[in-house]
Amino acid sequence: MFGKLTWSAIPFDQPIPLASSLVVGLIMGAVLAWVFVKGYAPYLWREWITSVDHKRIGVMYCILALVMLIRGFIDALMMRSQQALAFHGPGYLPPEHYDQIFSAHGTIMIFFVAMPFVIGLMNFVIPLQLGVRDVAFPTLNSVSFWLTASGSFLVTISLVVGEFARTGWLAYPPLSELTYSPGVGVDYYLWALEISGIGTLMAGINMATTILKLRAPGLTYMRMPVFCWTSLASNLLIVAAFPILTAVLAMLLLDRYCDFHFFTTTAGGNPMMFVNLIWAWGHPEVYILILPAFGVFSEVIATFSGKPLFGYRSMVAATMVICILSFTVWLHHFFTMGAGGDVNAVFGILSMVIAVPTGVKIFNWLFTMYGGRIRYTAPMCWSVGFIITFMIGGMTGVLLAVPPADFVLHNSLFLVAHFHNVIIGGVLFGAFAGYTYWFPKAFGFTLDERLGKAAFWFWFVGFWVTFVPLYMLGLMGMTRRMQHYDRPEWYPWTLVSMAGALLILTGIVLQVVQLVVSIRTRDKRRDVTGDPWDGRSLEWSTPSPPPVFNFAVYPDVSGKQPETEPQYAAIDVPRNTPTGFVAAFFATVTGFSLIWHIWWLVIVGLVGAYATFVVFAWRDESETEVPADEVARIDRANRQARSVALRGHAA
Amino acid sequence: MNAAATSMEQEPTSADGPASRRITVGYGFWIFLLSDIIMFSAFFATYAVLNGATNGGPGPAQLFDTTNVAIETACLLASSFSCGMASLAVAERNQKWTQLSLLTTGLLGTAFLVLELREFSSLVARGAGPTHSAFLSSFFTLVGCHGAHITAGLLWLGTMMAQFYAKGFRENIQHRYLCFSLFWHALDIIWIAIFSLVYLNGTRL
Amino acid sequence: MSTTGVSPGDAGANGRSRMRGVRTYLIGLGLAILMTAASFWAAQTHLIYGPGIAVAIVVLAIAQMGIHLVFFLHITTAPDNTNNVLALAFGILIACLVIFGSLWIMANLNHNMLPMEPM
Repeated sequence: MFGKLTWSAIPFDQPIPLASSLVVGLIMGAVLAWVFVKGYAPYLWREWITSVDHKRIGVMYCILALVMLIRGFIDALMMRSQQALAFHGPGYLPPEHYDQIFSAHGTIMIFFVAMPFVIGLMNFVIPLQLGVRDVAFPTLNSVSFWLTASGSFLVTISLVVGEFARTGWLAYPPLSELTYSPGVGVDYYLWALEISGIGTLMAGINMATTILKLRAPGLTYMRMPVFCWTSLASNLLIVAAFPILTAVLAMLLLDRYCDFHFFTTTAGGNPMMFVNLIWAWGHPEVYILILPAFGVFSEVIATFSGKPLFGYRSMVAATMVICILSFTVWLHHFFTMGAGGDVNAVFGILSMVIAVPTGVKIFNWLFTMYGGRIRYTAPMCWSVGFIITFMIGGMTGVLLAVPPADFVLHNSLFLVAHFHNVIIGGVLFGAFAGYTYWFPKAFGFTLDERLGKAAFWFWFVGFWVTFVPLYMLGLMGMTRRMQHYDRPEWYPWTLVSMAGALLILTGIVLQVVQLVVSIRTRDKRRDVTGDPWDGRSLEWSTPSPPPVFNFAVYPDVSGKQPETEPQYAAIDVPRNTPTGFVAAFFATVTGFSLIWHIWWLVIVGLVGAYATFVVFAWRDESETEVPADEVARIDRANRQARSVALRGHAA
Repeated sequence: MNAAATSMEQEPTSADGPASRRITVGYGFWIFLLSDIIMFSAFFATYAVLNGATNGGPGPAQLFDTTNVAIETACLLASSFSCGMASLAVAERNQKWTQLSLLTTGLLGTAFLVLELREFSSLVARGAGPTHSAFLSSFFTLVGCHGAHITAGLLWLGTMMAQFYAKGFRENIQHRYLCFSLFWHALDIIWIAIFSLVYLNGTRL
Repeated sequence: MSTTGVSPGDAGANGRSRMRGVRTYLIGLGLAILMTAASFWAAQTHLIYGPGIAVAIVVLAIAQMGIHLVFFLHITTAPDNTNNVLALAFGILIACLVIFGSLWIMANLNHNMLPMEPM
């Protein structure tokens, strides 16, 4: 009746997972209770959960990312502390548990922190920068978000019911095959990623279509902000790479569920094919993450240097070159796995070549800053921190791209330090820069600057204190994912690294404090003009927050700002719908029941998902109308506020 | 240039501006189809790498029946043609010819599926099921994935027929039909790759 | 002519007569039948140099795909179709990289690694 699910799935005999499950359960219960008791539930349902507005969905993506960042960071703290304690001793985490922690850490950070964060920022900003009302497919946007949330829910629930994978974040066979991972852990991993992968693919299609087909009149390709260009490249990569992930994970699922032989060690299976295909996805994935961050920096650096971005055309060219080249380097993730010198050489050279357009971008940012009147706001701090950090991380990447060097350093902590260097220094710093930069646009008030800068400094210093020791340890021969070790020369470095992790923890705490304090004191930092930073792209011409329809009339970007009032007309906005939430609910049910082999529930889930789709397809009214005088009222208020503020400035 | 907007589907009066709903929907689905083709290419790559791994068992030459494949190909090709006829009927808002050509498409697609299922079950009965070797796993997955897409397409087709019947030729239903026809033609294109590279290539002299 | 383009699968300029539409599909069907039959024949004939049969099948497959794209999906080289063609080219590029890259890498690996078990 319940497949493999029994009471023994709850970790009553393991204190740490049990305690964490209780804590997580209590926090979620408390939040839910607060929402219902205070009467926020109808508002949340009406305005957020069923929303198809790209601004709301973008915010929800970022909230998901920030919440999962805490979960993933706790995993990191546990790993660092285990390694700091496990010299000539067992530490406090048994190997079976430690393995789940580093697997969960990687999976959560890539799929449920970094991806949602960049997708959320792109979602919020792109239609505003393009001067249009929403993305191409608003309901699909909602479905995408909720499917991602469904995946993160499955990963979270694995803490309470069952276990997680012990295979690392990429689940190589044969370890991830049924023979060597008979439990439900790998199944949690696989279904969570398949479900959220569909959401991500849909988001990629949505954003690529939006950028290519929906732009304000006069907004030609070469007038788009660079953030739109990098987002276009990133979303094209999503469309191209995620199908490979879907296929390869499906093959592993078939091996595990139906006794197929794609990657088994018997009957002709070839585990290396998994490694090959997963990295054919995996390398474009990291470019999917970094390209939007590059776009954020282009916007932030130009705004806070008071100058237009240097070298627009070369930025665009570099972006599209990176997009194509990112599909030609994936073997550098497995140089050591048996390919001959010729294959290794070709991919090694291509990996070094891809550093060139990135270098072009860095020079363009530096030249943008040169001669400008620089304002060191929090977003700008993140950007300068990025240039320093990412550049060094990129250089260690070029070092690893040399196959003979990689033979020594593959799977050592040097590699771990390298990719954290570029992902934290690149993606996360970019996400934080975007978060602090566009926060006032989303919520109508800026974040507290002092706390923001303090958080930055703790993150920046903390990052280097954490990861320089890991570079050293890698060069000294320490491999990744070690649950214990006995070399005395490694011990002091793991301690320093732990200290660095505590500095980063302080940074995160400061970010939380910043948010709370900023909300409490928001009236002091209200954004009344819609343009707190003196930006130059179209999103800064809307009020903060923008009305649901973004622009009362499509902006005319080919020429002058109209002096007189435009002619207001009624605007049709897409209707909110619970389709996304309900579809994801059934996806979660299907995923959970597949993991636990509850076959009748699988059918219920699939039928429910199909029914949701049919119900949605059958509706007759897909839009609601905002009447013309309402549009006029909102727009007039915005113009009024702006002219008052500008007159105040001029006087 | 008239910048006043009345809805999300502003028809551009100049060369630029947001594209019409039909173009946006069609293009978005086109990009989805390309992602689907890339997914199939991953399965193709796996088949190409693993198709020699027969685990001492039968290989393509022993297992594939080209006559059956020829009939399947004919069914699918004919269904693409009838799908094209349906597109013309939809453009003319002709309910009778729309339903007839869609029904034909559906029947031909079902015939394809029946033949394929028969092939699969006969292979399993002969002890050449997907659990016996990497070659068979990759064959069943590649061809089976295509068959699963055809099945989903038939479900979609049925829904389209019901929608045209119940709601007429409203614009957004026509857009959905545009997407369906793109899907159906793309499935035939993928079948071309399958019958050429898997079946014919596997059984050639 | 709008430069925002035309949707893939749409026949382009509106107002084409039904006869022209049917004719396009009929020509496509006819050519496709021809190419398909040629494919089946090529796989079984002795008239083609043995190792060249695989090439013939591939070429005919590409021809058939082209016929589908032009006659059934109405993909043209007109400027209003540029976005559609570019997207298609991108997809084909990635598919080729995945397939041929994987084949090259895996062949290299298999060559260098010990055999796993009797095949």
